[in-house]
Amino acid sequence: MSGGTHLENANPVIFQRSGERLLTATDEDEDIHDPIDDREIFDILFVSINDPEHPLSLEELNVVEQVRVMVNDAESTVGIEFTPTIPHCSMATLIGLSIKVKLLRSLPERFKIDVSITPGTHASEDAVNKQLADKERVAAALENSSLLEVVNQCLTTSRST
Amino acid sequence: MAANSALLLSLVEEYVSGLQDSKAKDTARGVKDGQFTVLQLVEALGFSLTNSQTYTRARGVQLLSEVLHECYGGLNEREVEVLIAFYENRLKDHHAIIPPVLQGLRALTKCTALPPGSAVSMLRSLFQDVHVQSLMLADRACVYNMLINLMEIREAELKGLGADFVFGFVQSMDGERDPRNLLLAFQVAKTIIRRGYELGKFIEELFEVTSCYFPIDFTPPPNDPHGITKEELIQMLRDVLTGTPLFAEFLLPLIIEKLDSDVQSAKLDSLQTLTACLSQYEHKDLAEFLEGLWASLRREVFQTTSEKIESAGLAALTALTSCLSRSVLNSDSEDSLCTFINLILEDCKHHLSEPDLKLVWPSAKLLQAACSGSSRASHLVTAAVMPSLVEQYSNRTQCAHRRTLLEVVQRFIQAVKASLSTDNGECCLFMVFSALTENNDSLQITATSVLTSLAQQTGLLLDSDIELAVDHLTRLLLTEEDDRVSLAVVQCVGALAALHPATFITKLIPRLKNEMFSEPIKQDDDNDNKASEQQSHHAVRQRCLSALAAMSTQSSVVQESTPVLLEVLGSAHTGSVDFSVEEVVLACRSLQRIAEQVQDTEETGRCFHEIIIPRLLSLALQAALQDGSSDRYSPLVEEVVLSAIVPVISTSCSRLQPTLAGQTASRAVSLFLDGDVSFLPDNSFPSHIQLLKVEVPRMDHLLSQLEEMSCTCSHPLSYTSAAKCFAGLVNKRAQGDSLDGLIQNTMKRVCSELDSASSPVRTQAFTLMIWLFSLLDDAELGPMAADSFSLLMSDSVDVLNRACHADIRIMYRQRFFSENSAKLVQGFNNAPQEKKPNYLKALSNIVNKLPKQVQVTELPALLSLLLEALSCPDQAVQLSTLSCLQPVLIDPPTALILQLEALVSRLLALTSSPAMDVRIASLCCIHAVSHFPVHEVLPFRARVLRALARPLDDKKRMVRREAVQARAEWFLLGSPGGR
Repeated sequence: MSGGTHLENANPVIFQRSGERLLTATDEDEDIHDPIDDREIFDILFVSINDPEHPLSLEELNVVEQVRVMVNDAESTVGIEFTPTIPHCSMATLIGLSIKVKLLRSLPERFKIDVSITPGTHASEDAVNKQLADKERVAAALENSSLLEVVNQCLTTSRST
Repeated sequence: MAANSALLLSLVEEYVSGLQDSKAKDTARGVKDGQFTVLQLVEALGFSLTNSQTYTRARGVQLLSEVLHECYGGLNEREVEVLIAFYENRLKDHHAIIPPVLQGLRALTKCTALPPGSAVSMLRSLFQDVHVQSLMLADRACVYNMLINLMEIREAELKGLGADFVFGFVQSMDGERDPRNLLLAFQVAKTIIRRGYELGKFIEELFEVTSCYFPIDFTPPPNDPHGITKEELIQMLRDVLTGTPLFAEFLLPLIIEKLDSDVQSAKLDSLQTLTACLSQYEHKDLAEFLEGLWASLRREVFQTTSEKIESAGLAALTALTSCLSRSVLNSDSEDSLCTFINLILEDCKHHLSEPDLKLVWPSAKLLQAACSGSSRASHLVTAAVMPSLVEQYSNRTQCAHRRTLLEVVQRFIQAVKASLSTDNGECCLFMVFSALTENNDSLQITATSVLTSLAQQTGLLLDSDIELAVDHLTRLLLTEEDDRVSLAVVQCVGALAALHPATFITKLIPRLKNEMFSEPIKQDDDNDNKASEQQSHHAVRQRCLSALAAMSTQSSVVQESTPVLLEVLGSAHTGSVDFSVEEVVLACRSLQRIAEQVQDTEETGRCFHEIIIPRLLSLALQAALQDGSSDRYSPLVEEVVLSAIVPVISTSCSRLQPTLAGQTASRAVSLFLDGDVSFLPDNSFPSHIQLLKVEVPRMDHLLSQLEEMSCTCSHPLSYTSAAKCFAGLVNKRAQGDSLDGLIQNTMKRVCSELDSASSPVRTQAFTLMIWLFSLLDDAELGPMAADSFSLLMSDSVDVLNRACHADIRIMYRQRFFSENSAKLVQGFNNAPQEKKPNYLKALSNIVNKLPKQVQVTELPALLSLLLEALSCPDQAVQLSTLSCLQPVLIDPPTALILQLEALVSRLLALTSSPAMDVRIASLCCIHAVSHFPVHEVLPFRARVLRALARPLDDKKRMVRREAVQARAEWFLLGSPGGR
């Protein structure tokens, strides 16, 4: 999507990727219940969402970090804080929306999903948070086919296929 | 003669005025056959060559050129000279005549009888009279081919032309656009540069005229009629540009400029070209561009967007430093390597000590790339960097930072060209030891791998260092609970022991032995405590055993470590020290691992065949004999232990010293035959016999014994291993009457003894088939028979596989499949309802073991049956059917698309199967279905999405992962921006 056009943040700092989750013996044991944990949510996000400006995953840009993912399987809540690459990033809402849509599609219905910007990392933090928390605005955004198209492009896995 | 000249005249007439192109061929054939000479042809052409009509002249010249093209070999020097004079003159003629003239000249350039001086005159008039770029494509190619031909045979003459030749060439290729011609032109340019033609004052012109194509941007036309690739062009152009240091002053600025480009492929090409040209250049060619190049390379690595570009940039930096290191210095010239390295250090070093270590990796990579350029460079860099890294390490308190620093250090150790200086080595060792004592898993793991890299630097570590290292490793081995750490430690022990066996023999082995044989401290007060105590003691023994196995690669170590392992087995048997069955199995595994990895020398061979194997056999025998009577129970009668002993023997027989292995085999056979068969409940050991290529003694006797045993013995391990052994031996027998007789006999026997059916079944697939079919109808034995199909199709691990030199015929599985699948389908159709699952199971068993390529072609015919099998209640059948289906789903046949409804609903039903594997496999299949043609699967979208909501909340994480991926793909289906 970048093409020859001007990028807002042409030289992002790139972070090392953490490796694949290691399989443990309990993962293969039929009888044990594996709770949904932070790392699982993190994996869902990082394999599949691309930054709209860069051909890199959100993990590599440090937009999503594992420590900022909070899951409570028993209470069915997920909270995610993401960090835009620069404080004035105009794509912040879009990234937030992509994260939210991805989680809506990937988690059981019982979960309440809360996506917000890491405090103090974006100029118009409150406005974006408010937009993302508003169920009706999210639903309306997804009715808009051109917006849905951009979100879907962010969610298309280029790396794995 | 007269007839000939009349014929020639008519041919010329028909070609020139009659416009019959085929006549040129006829004329050429005439000249070749000696019917007429070239002179006669010219005479016959006389009228048309001097005709005032341009078109007629062109036609005449063309006939002459085409004839010459066919028969240039037969011309003599005099003729060539006249022809060249004629053609040169014609170059001045009307432009329509130029193409045939060029063709004629090209034919003459291939002529070996080219008179001296003619090449020069030909080129002079060519460059003077013809403007190459206004010619057609084919004619331009003709000019380049002329040049190539002449450069091949008349190099000295062309060099005599001096810079004029280069100038002429530059003019003729200036503005060339067709890739086919460019390849030819680049070839000419490459020859000019490589063969040392004088470039004179036209260096820049030649560079300009070729470099304007850099970087190559070319996409072949869709059907690619000429077979020219971008890579080919890139390589040719690169050869031209990097061919001479004379181009340096032009090429380097160009590369710096192109590195600024946004196009990835341009960057990559520039970096690779830079790397290539540096092998030719010297430091004086580079001097003024060093800063520019460094700035560009640094930017590429710091702000990289792709790994390809990053690694190309690092390779260029390495090439740059090694180029600078090669240069010869005068007493007063400055050391450009030193200057350059200082430049790098200035920009990178401070990143290594930034508090947040943000750019530490890119900087370290740059420094390491510079390091690996030459040993002088690595000395300069490490001398500047290492002390500060060590200082950093001691100042930092966070483990993550320390680990990063250690990893950086390790890369440096690996990057260094010759060897680290002793000072630096000591610094590193200090860091390693301090990290090993740290209480952090990942830090310890990194430290062990740094230690391994340090040890590989010859002569760096002193004996005292090694001893200290061994102490540290021992401590970790005995105390560290974490699996990953102990794995890393064991690996490090293995690597170090291969380099310094003596220290390990004297220090580590006795220590480990002590540790293993010590009894856990008895504490009666607390049961929980005791259990955990035992648990940890077991873990220590386990680690000791694997360390023993890992370090035994040198024969001197093996001599010391295997007695310890044997002692473990011995004392487990006598009960003098309490070892659990699991530990005994581990000891056997360690022996097996040693047999797999040790160097095959006479010494180790003897150790295994004369000490270890006899000891193992005798221990097994003793254990078997003592059963019942004594009150103690030896772990060596356990089935797992016996089956762990077998691979030790078979590995050592197949890997170590074949002559000694032969002895072992005959000893084992005589032990088996001459001893009383009934007292051996553990006949598993003879199964190693078929490993040997040598003839096994007393074959018939052995076979009949085995057969007897497989049918009569009630001990399950005995009869299966006897049957396996039997199968292995039969497989080796030469084909013929004796084999057939043998099989017939066995068959009869087997039929009467149905309960041992499943094992001897493998003896001969084809004859047994008929019999198996009769079984499928038997309700009780049906499932068992179906299972034996899977046995037939799989490579049995222990007996009938290639490693054991078994006689496996190629295409066995394919033939088996084609002969039997039809029968199975038929049987299925005729069978009563309750027997059908047996057929399905058999079918999915054989299909599953077929090679994938065959599966894909054969499956469409069996589809309906396989879909049926998906709804069969047996989980094993479901799983094997799903795994057959998966490859087919990638490229779905039309037959499958017609049955999409059935497929989707069955797959969705399986996502709630009680077996985890079935759930995962069915979700994979559903994922694959989303890639079917959109219009076919779109109707299912809503249904699939609804059904997949449930596995999202599955209790197993691996199931959820598949569900998430599958659901994401289905969401994208038919949605804007999706598919």
